[in-house]
Amino acid sequence: MSKFRKEGSKETPAISTSSLPDIVFMLLFFFMTTTTMREQDLVVRVIQPKATEVKKLEKKSLVSNIYVGQPIKSYQSKYGTEGAIQLNDFFASVDDVKDFIFAERESRKEEEIPLLTTNIKADVDVKMGIITDIKQELRKVQSLKINYATAEVDDLDYQK
Amino acid sequence: MARKVPEVNAGSMADIAFMLLIFFLVTTTMDVDTGISRKLPPIQEEELENKPPPIKEKNLFEVIANVNDQLLVEGNLMNVNDLREATKQFLNNNGDGSCTYCTGSRNPRSSDNPFKAIITVQNDRGTSYNLYIAVQNELVAAINELRDELSMRMHGMPMSELNEVDQKKIQKMFPQKISEAEPVNLSGN
Repeated sequence: MSKFRKEGSKETPAISTSSLPDIVFMLLFFFMTTTTMREQDLVVRVIQPKATEVKKLEKKSLVSNIYVGQPIKSYQSKYGTEGAIQLNDFFASVDDVKDFIFAERESRKEEEIPLLTTNIKADVDVKMGIITDIKQELRKVQSLKINYATAEVDDLDYQK
Repeated sequence: MARKVPEVNAGSMADIAFMLLIFFLVTTTMDVDTGISRKLPPIQEEELENKPPPIKEKNLFEVIANVNDQLLVEGNLMNVNDLREATKQFLNNNGDGSCTYCTGSRNPRSSDNPFKAIITVQNDRGTSYNLYIAVQNELVAAINELRDELSMRMHGMPMSELNEVDQKKIQKMFPQKISEAEPVNLSGN
């Protein structure tokens, strides 16, 4: 035992936690800038088809979403199992698409209206009939920019 | 000498920040919307007085999908896997020889040049969305592959590495002309 050893130096000094808030704030800001608010709850099942030639949708604020798919389990007794349309947060019919587009336009600035894109998020098992109906409605209200939501994959193989 | 102001205890700062962090983690999503973009044609209210000149049959590439998810391409039954190659051959054909950069077989019964060549897609109300997207994807892929090959010949690098002006030029050399027929009921149900 050395003579000069100080008293109680056997304990390891506590790690300073004073920089912890800074680290956590950094994480916080990272997530705040890279993520977007979660969209409304879906009442239809949407498994997006896969595609290789996809493009990213710019400007999320200029996109209005139309969901098409089979109603989820708890609504199947009421709305059946055929493809259904969801606008905002509940089921809608093809005729409501017009009003939906008008409402979307209303909430945007006037100069942004021509830039509005309608994003059709449809399930793989949906039939084209309902998609065609939606497209016809969109043409009637001159909302011509559309996007078929697809998941991006590097390679595709069609089994058929 | 003024009295020292006691320091605010910052020990709980981390807890507050953690709480905010967890809130944002739960309420936000990170996914980016991706998809195939299209522009719908405006509705034609009445018949045009001056009808556009008729398009020659050989300049049309017909893709029809039926209710059983079968494809009829130019009158022949085809697998989706073969659609890309068939589309490339059609667009690259250069029947009248006016396209100096095309490498096609110059088949006189296929398209004249990439500017006259038009792809038309028709589907039934019962066709699955999956097949529809697959067809759209293959058509776009065919055009993109042609553009990429052209870019390799002209600039020696794929199109994604070119500057914007050159990209525009190449896009114009192989325009994307996909038309969709007015909806019809092919199967009658």
